Amino acid sequence: MKKLVQAATAVVAAMIWSSHVAAQTTDSTARRQQRMLDSLVIVIKSLQDRIDSLGRARPDSAAATQPSAAPQAPVRSGSGYMNIGFVTLADAGWSSEPDVGSLQVGDHDPAVRGFTLPNAEVTLDGAVDPYFRGFSNIVLKLDSNGETGVELEEAYLLTTSLPWNLQIKAGQFFAEFGRQNPQHPHSWAFVDQPLALNRMFGPDGLRSQGARISWLLPTNWYAEAMLGVFNSAGGTAFSFRSDESSEIHGGVSEERGVKSGGDLLLVPRIATSMDLTATQVLLLGASAAFGPNNSGPNAKTQVYGADAYWKWKSATAHQGFPFVSSQSEVLFRRYDAAERQSAENPGVTLPSERLRDSGAYSELLWGIKPRWVAGIRGDYAAGDDASFDAVLRADRYRMSPNVTWYPTEFSKLRLQYNYDHRSGIGRDHSLWFQFEFLLGAHAAHKF
Amino acid sequence: MKNTILRRVAAALLIAASGAALPFAAKISVVATTPDLAALARAIGGDAVDVKALAKPTEDPHFVDAKPSHIVTLNRADVLIEGGAELELGWLPPLLESARNDKIAAGAPGRVVASQGIRMIEVPATFDRSKGDVHSLGNPHFLVDPVNVKIVVAQIADHLSQVDPKSAETYKANLQKFTTALDAKLAEWQKQLAPYKGAKIVTYHRDFVYFANRFGLEVLETLEPKPGIAPSPAHLAKVISMMQAAKARVIIVQPYQNRKTAETVARQTNAAVLDIPEQPGAMKNVSDYIQMMDYLVTTLANALGEKP
Repeated sequence: MKKLVQAATAVVAAMIWSSHVAAQTTDSTARRQQRMLDSLVIVIKSLQDRIDSLGRARPDSAAATQPSAAPQAPVRSGSGYMNIGFVTLADAGWSSEPDVGSLQVGDHDPAVRGFTLPNAEVTLDGAVDPYFRGFSNIVLKLDSNGETGVELEEAYLLTTSLPWNLQIKAGQFFAEFGRQNPQHPHSWAFVDQPLALNRMFGPDGLRSQGARISWLLPTNWYAEAMLGVFNSAGGTAFSFRSDESSEIHGGVSEERGVKSGGDLLLVPRIATSMDLTATQVLLLGASAAFGPNNSGPNAKTQVYGADAYWKWKSATAHQGFPFVSSQSEVLFRRYDAAERQSAENPGVTLPSERLRDSGAYSELLWGIKPRWVAGIRGDYAAGDDASFDAVLRADRYRMSPNVTWYPTEFSKLRLQYNYDHRSGIGRDHSLWFQFEFLLGAHAAHKF
Repeated sequence: MKNTILRRVAAALLIAASGAALPFAAKISVVATTPDLAALARAIGGDAVDVKALAKPTEDPHFVDAKPSHIVTLNRADVLIEGGAELELGWLPPLLESARNDKIAAGAPGRVVASQGIRMIEVPATFDRSKGDVHSLGNPHFLVDPVNVKIVVAQIADHLSQVDPKSAETYKANLQKFTTALDAKLAEWQKQLAPYKGAKIVTYHRDFVYFANRFGLEVLETLEPKPGIAPSPAHLAKVISMMQAAKARVIIVQPYQNRKTAETVARQTNAAVLDIPEQPGAMKNVSDYIQMMDYLVTTLANALGEKP
């Protein structure tokens, strides 16, 4: 290109000079200018042709006649040192519950009757150097009033070359608890967050600042053991030292800091997988989360979970279809609430007690033919009786059939019906339409 | 009691760990993303290597599941051969991220990117997804041209020799043998297809363009209107009229592509639908590269040679 510019400059200069010389002889100014214009047009045209021919001269024109097997110069791959993507999820629909936020409790769920834009996400990733890879997800979301909220959803490093099959992740990231918690809304099979995950980990899922070490076991089948250590404070450490804790234990929250290692959040996980047949894969996992809660100075929470994912995909799958998959998770929480002052009635002291919650969901997907997926999900969450009433711990179940059409991997249209039943409140019906588009790099999904 | 169990678990893990580390299998472990690359690795590596392919020969190589068993396979690999040019973009990166194997890291001697050194075609001048899922580095289906294969096998031999210098002579000899056989076959295939120079064929996806270019055929149109975009009735009507006008009588489909669409078009154009896999192993008696190309050339030559 530089050469072209140089050539063009030289030619134009020559034209101007020659026309200047010509002007000194007999031509009138008008004719001189006309000639100069004409010659410039010719120069521009020839340059245009050259540029066009460069564009056309893609190597394929020569490939057919190229008999030698001489390797070509390496093709430059990628356009930068970082993959950049942008995903937007938008919802439209209606619910029989006017206060949609009380029904659709996830942070990336539809929030109002009408239109919601709960997730517009910038994803960045790339190799940092030979030792680390870096990832970041910055989420912009519009709340029910149309106000923009920003969250640094994830920003972490991943080691690439530790010995003994070890790997460390550090930064702000989703805890690898169960199957869906570490996934971004864009890869969910349903419009909304499962109730069980909301119950245990809050509207945004379990994520915090921390580090995680993982060991890929030297077994002949896939088995991976992980241990995450996180800060236990903040809204995304919901069952732990979160600001919203009083909604769980009903009391005034204790201002407790980090006094010992025991005040951090620990998330161990073990996962294993086997190929049942050439076309069927099973993935099983067990996770736990242990950490302090702020119902009292020494109060603790334990969450346990088990997850299973099974998938069948045709041996002659076209664009990944047809397939059938099933994903289920079961979670239990043991929240040891200390003796605390009631948040509602300041004179009342709530006794120390163990609050038990459980939840589960199970989803079945059928990839009928390329680009079409039908799904159904059953959702359940329940809490035992306590010395106070908490909306957040009430029994609830939900059935959600849906159908999704993926025009390409870069867009999707989804229609979902929710049949909701909340104990003490009653039944609700909702119909949600979801639209997604993806620009730029499409980070490949894990299995 | 608890102690005994703990001790047993520890012992079992230790045995498992040492077992995996023991070099009782002296063969070099080669993992190829697709069966065609695996077949080439077998031809060059011979008895010195143990080759596994990640994708099944019958499945769409663009949409392989990043299943965990592949993580284990990649974790134990000495050499990884990928097609490159973004063919495996949708599934290889997360596998490599989890596999934590430095030997096959980008740029390592154990990493072969087959597309490096290939004269890529259909490299888009601009990146625009309204033109379909076009790979920014060009059409990745380049192994159906035997001349490209010669470049790839030379690269495989080079990398294998770097990773396993003690068998370098074997790799060199195998490369020589394979290339000689391929050259002889290439001349044969060219002779077989020579009578059909300029013949127009239709394919489902743009997966036989390099082949057509090499043997002087022309891919008239694809059943997909754009790469990765499902055929629409309007586009198929256009394909039918184009085929009628050009007297194209052959439609090639791979095992994972929609044969019914091809049959519909074939009925209206009096064309033959040819089931031709791009991957060895997808059909009986077609287990290596030369057999696959033999099948491709013979089937096509027979179909083109038939009187209408």
